[in-house]
Amino acid sequence: MLAPFLQYLISGITVGMVYAFSALGFSLIYNASGVVNFAQGEFIMLGGMLAVFFSKAGLPFPAAAVLAIVIPTLLGMMIERLTIARAKNAEILSLIIITIGISLVLRGLTQIFMGKAVHALAPISDSRPIHLAGAVMHSQSPWVLGFTVTVMAMLWYFFRHSLSGKKILATSCNRSAAQLMGINTQWVMTFSYAMAAALGSLAGVLITPITMTSYDVGIMLGLKGFIGAVVGGMGSGMGAIAGGLIVGIAESLGAGYISSAYKDAMAFLLIFVILFLRPRGLFGAKATDRV
Amino acid sequence: MLKGLSFLVILANIGLGLPALASEPIRIGSVLSVSGSAAFLGEPELKTLQLYIEKTNQNGGVLGRPLQLIHYDDGSDAGKANSFAKRLIDDDKVDILLGGTTTGSTMSMVPLAEKAEIPFISLAGGTVIIEPVKKWVFKTPHTDRMASEKVFTDMKSRGISKVALLSETSGFGQSGKKETEAVAGRFGITLVANETYGPKDTDVTAQLTKIRNTPEVEAVFVYGLGQGPAVVTNNYQQLAIGLPLYHAHGIGSEQFITLTGTASEGVRLPAAALLIADKLADSDPQKAVVTGYRKVYREAFQEDVSTFGGHAYDALMIALNAFAKAGVNDKAKVRDAIEQTKGYMGTGGAVTMSPTDHMGLDETAFRMLEIHNATWTLIK
Repeated sequence: MLAPFLQYLISGITVGMVYAFSALGFSLIYNASGVVNFAQGEFIMLGGMLAVFFSKAGLPFPAAAVLAIVIPTLLGMMIERLTIARAKNAEILSLIIITIGISLVLRGLTQIFMGKAVHALAPISDSRPIHLAGAVMHSQSPWVLGFTVTVMAMLWYFFRHSLSGKKILATSCNRSAAQLMGINTQWVMTFSYAMAAALGSLAGVLITPITMTSYDVGIMLGLKGFIGAVVGGMGSGMGAIAGGLIVGIAESLGAGYISSAYKDAMAFLLIFVILFLRPRGLFGAKATDRV
Repeated sequence: MLKGLSFLVILANIGLGLPALASEPIRIGSVLSVSGSAAFLGEPELKTLQLYIEKTNQNGGVLGRPLQLIHYDDGSDAGKANSFAKRLIDDDKVDILLGGTTTGSTMSMVPLAEKAEIPFISLAGGTVIIEPVKKWVFKTPHTDRMASEKVFTDMKSRGISKVALLSETSGFGQSGKKETEAVAGRFGITLVANETYGPKDTDVTAQLTKIRNTPEVEAVFVYGLGQGPAVVTNNYQQLAIGLPLYHAHGIGSEQFITLTGTASEGVRLPAAALLIADKLADSDPQKAVVTGYRKVYREAFQEDVSTFGGHAYDALMIALNAFAKAGVNDKAKVRDAIEQTKGYMGTGGAVTMSPTDHMGLDETAFRMLEIHNATWTLIK
């Protein structure tokens, strides 16, 4: 009785961490600009695809992974400079539509230059699964878990204790006031996109050994990450992680105990329930903060 | 009487006009999913059509007329397939329609072909395309029902009767699920578990755990296409389920083995002969056509053939044979000629069509394969 439950839980946490990374990227950009960046899933895709691409080109894994994170990060900055910054006076909705356009372009270019095939990537350590009280875990899962915790800790420190982090927080609270205090809000925006892209591509590199990758994996990962971010409370780092995990676990338990036919519906059901009970999500900031 | 006479004169004029039209190209219209989710099916199909049409033209075309391919990409969207088919029929005035990479695209084009009375050969798998028989619609790939039958025959020979079905929520998987449920009883097979997964799912361990905890299960049958079955196979190894694992014909490409590595050891599946072209006995009547197509395709594109490109090859050849037999001008005659296709040996198997069978393949179309040491091996 316990073993299957544990298995569902482990499956849910593994998938949930993927969603959590995606959700974190959504939250970062939402915080800095109020925009929901629908290109977030594409950064995850790019990270995975580039890691595969460089590994196949003969680079050792660490080098391939670094390149697979650095290139999307630069791309993220470039995208912000070339599109979002140029349309900064546009309404939020227009900016969101721009991000959808960016995601289409990234997906299309990847399809043209790296093909439509599905690719696998070898796990960081030994590929034998880990047995745990009757349940089984992918050998990559501890790595994903480890990196999630590390990145969370770093982000927490960054936002609490560094000047750059505080600048971002100030900008998210009130853009004009931050600008009046001498904060370069334009820089904050570029930096947020770079960070979101770096996080996304790191997630892509980490999860590809578990999930495999292709040019179109970004759509679903982005969508589930968005749900995770909303469930957890848009703009909250803690909420993004919790939301992602909750969506993953709910899906897994739903598939296990109810029916796998409703697996995707679980995520959407969750969004209804949470938004009904707590309209700002589990860890969402109070409305007054953004006035 | 006079009216009848002038009608004859007009007919004669048309007849006289014909030689002048002799170099007018034969227009072959195709709608394929070259981009979007079904791109891995549509791309080899289009390449195959382009390659063989060019080859035919180099050899003087058909009936002394060159072939012209007019192609539209529906982006794996059935709605677009419909409007492109309309354009092919009304504006491009094609002589035949090939395509519909997916069952959805095909079904959206069927009413147009039927109304315009134009021969239409589909490259999609669904049984629904040819059942009930539609006068103008044919197809070359084997159906999902045949795949289930082949798998169940093999299971029976191994004494397996209690099976867990895990099907994909894609059109391919759901149609397969329906057919599998329908034919299971006939083979004395009980489906003791019936689970589904999404085509983009990255983890299927929850469903597999549920199957593992169903005590009676003797074998697992996965009905999916492309990436999903590879995820299932990897998770299957991870959970160390250890029961025989069967897949449908949707995994028939080298890519599946690359993606699954050691996890696919011992996996069984029904597949077209194309996949194991070089392992066929020399006496096999299908050997010549599959090795020939594979060689030509590899030389042209430096990549492996897939069974899907083979479906396009078969469709084009059946169409060209019909043109050679019936001429081009009378679509009804071309249709009749396609329906009379008899003993054509294609990449998918021997095709003998009839007014009640617009596919014409029998169970020999599928070979039962087992993956062993990362290659396909034929099960006798």
